Amino acid sequence: MRVVLRNPRREVEVAGPLTVEALLRRLDLNPESVLVIAGDTLVPRDARLEDTDEVEIRPVISGGSGG
Amino acid sequence: MKCRRCRAAAVIDLPRHNAAFCTECFRRHCREQVRRALDEHRMVREGERVLVAVSGGKDSLACWDLLRALGIPADGMVIGLGIGDYSRDSTRYARDFAEARGWPLQVVDVRERFGFDVPTAAAATRRAPCGACGLTKRHLFNQVAIEGGYDVLATGHNLDDEAAVLLGNVLHWEEEYLARQRPTLPGRDGFVRKVKPLVRLSERETAAYCVVSGIDYQVEECPMAAGNRHLAYKEALNAVEARSPGTKAAFVAGFWSRAHRRFAEARPEPTLGACTGCGAPTPGTVCAFCRLQARAAG
Repeated sequence: MRVVLRNPRREVEVAGPLTVEALLRRLDLNPESVLVIAGDTLVPRDARLEDTDEVEIRPVISGGSGG
Repeated sequence: MKCRRCRAAAVIDLPRHNAAFCTECFRRHCREQVRRALDEHRMVREGERVLVAVSGGKDSLACWDLLRALGIPADGMVIGLGIGDYSRDSTRYARDFAEARGWPLQVVDVRERFGFDVPTAAAATRRAPCGACGLTKRHLFNQVAIEGGYDVLATGHNLDDEAAVLLGNVLHWEEEYLARQRPTLPGRDGFVRKVKPLVRLSERETAAYCVVSGIDYQVEECPMAAGNRHLAYKEALNAVEARSPGTKAAFVAGFWSRAHRRFAEARPEPTLGACTGCGAPTPGTVCAFCRLQARAAG
């Protein structure tokens, strides 16, 4: 599957099927710090991703001054 | 996973709540968390006018949307900070959001109004850009809220923001900042009341709220914030949270219920006078923003 990551934007190919949780583990990403969007749909960590899916992993951490 | 409430297919899991939700039940969960924050911390009274400090990012747009969903007819304000394409895009996201809903949005360009922007202020003062940016935003949001006759200024600070600031303040024992860190800062002469309605929602929740609500927001991070300490604290806290869900919420809630008062009582608010430059409240004769402007605008 094609996986798009942001900040900085980049793409990686990952063989499916596998769960969201397994994908994040493979990419060494903390599930608390990202959302996973398959197609246009937000998916939870037990969702199964197919080899043909287009997946976006969107970071959620932001902030500059903390104020 | 199934939705905890309706048993439909879940779109998000929230280990902190030991729950998963479908789209509609998740949006309801977010509204309930904001309602609880508003009530617990007495943020907004019936009939008060609320201004939301908008950035074009997920938190401020979610904050505005959730306040409106709860029947609070808040207006918005966005500041053009002059950080290149990033600031242009953030203002555009805010404008598009407001226009699509027909909600009033004030746009204030800091260079047009004050003759400097964040990059020039950071360079002129040799301060970290985030320091100059935060000072500019705090001053300007408060000033516009006062000028516009608003009772309350709402910001999009979420649970992660509060936990990261708290961690930083504790690590460096910043007692003055610890005394002031709370979800509602009461208004006083020259300062409008400031509230943080998202303090019960993590930033993963606010981002998810935007995604499932069709709110298009600026995902890109500010280029001047890269590598700052605040982001490092968030990453450290998330590493703990992943192993022990609920830690961030317990850290912040425990501070407010068990520790904040000790710092507030030991550090009473300083007496403030009016800045000789702009009239804003300040403990000195010239406020920090006017000093920044004098150096940055030349």
